[in-house]
Amino acid sequence: MAFTPKIEALICTYCTYTAADMAGAARMQYPATVRIVKYLCTGRIDILHILKAFEAGADAVMVSGCEVGDCHFLEGNLRAQERVEYTKHLLDEIGIGGERLEMFHIGASDAPQWAEAVRQMTERVQALGPNPLTVKRRSEVQVEEKS
Amino acid sequence: MIIAERKPFDEIKQMIKDYPKVLIVGCGTCVAVCLAGGEKEVGILAAELRMALELEGKKIEIGETTVERQCDREFLEAIASQVEQYDAVISMACGVGVQFLAEMYPEKPVFPAVNTTFLGANEDIGFYTERCSACSTCYLALTGGICPVTMCSKGLLNGPCGGPVNGMCEVDRTRPCAWCQIYERLKQQGRLDLLKGVVPAREFKTKPAQFIHPAYKKKFERPQ
Repeated sequence: MAFTPKIEALICTYCTYTAADMAGAARMQYPATVRIVKYLCTGRIDILHILKAFEAGADAVMVSGCEVGDCHFLEGNLRAQERVEYTKHLLDEIGIGGERLEMFHIGASDAPQWAEAVRQMTERVQALGPNPLTVKRRSEVQVEEKS
Repeated sequence: MIIAERKPFDEIKQMIKDYPKVLIVGCGTCVAVCLAGGEKEVGILAAELRMALELEGKKIEIGETTVERQCDREFLEAIASQVEQYDAVISMACGVGVQFLAEMYPEKPVFPAVNTTFLGANEDIGFYTERCSACSTCYLALTGGICPVTMCSKGLLNGPCGGPVNGMCEVDRTRPCAWCQIYERLKQQGRLDLLKGVVPAREFKTKPAQFIHPAYKKKFERPQ
């Protein structure tokens, strides 16, 4: 049986959150795998917020902001995009894997796109398997229980 | 300000591999502005190390703290009780901070987490360019505010070499020749006559520099 991933979605209140809200109101179906954290702008999202999510056991993190050129703060989503690219590199160095992090640009009226993004990310993480830290922690607990 | 860049993660990980308790000390001044070693970067490095070492099955405790400046004793004295509890210290300050920290706590191994790169200007967030070589002899009055020691690839003091083509440096064709820029700037200001003088050879430092402010001579100057 495929595991149910825990995906942390760090999203902007103006565009993606509105899309996610609309997806809910329209009863669009998508996997119940995301935990949403609402930001005023994706430009506020720090590398450390993403790393802390993985450290706490998230299987993936998706960052989603306004479409390019539509940021309410002009370039917050572009800054987030660059930070996400850099953080992918850090995750590769750590051994978690940069492919567990992805940036999306979803406009306020694009509810179907939000549902599709969650589906895509869920499928990707199901193929990758759980966060290696979670696997490690579980195996240590099992060893302790046996001994 | 002093510009630094963080060392590669594997290099830092290698330095602390034998220590079970490591304290990461950030510096809240220059290296915080250039996003290399401030409080936030301490957090990022700590999170990276915790996760990477946990995946390797190593038990390690990582502490985090940031002082206002690591080049001031009073700020370093304040973390004495924290340093005492750890086996090794990673300093995220410039080379000055690392050395001062190591000097204050000689019993603890201190490792640098950044490479101190240059004295530069903050062009934009994340973009810094070199401006000064701290050569102890400032020529900027003679050169229209453009430093030949730093900005000329060869550090020439008396005009350009024979290499510039169309105002570009022969060492790096993508960079402007500092002496061509100096000429243009002085021409713009009507001060080209400054270029007729000869600047004597620069005195290269043969020992670490020391400076005592004239108002503090009695306190610090050693009798000859």
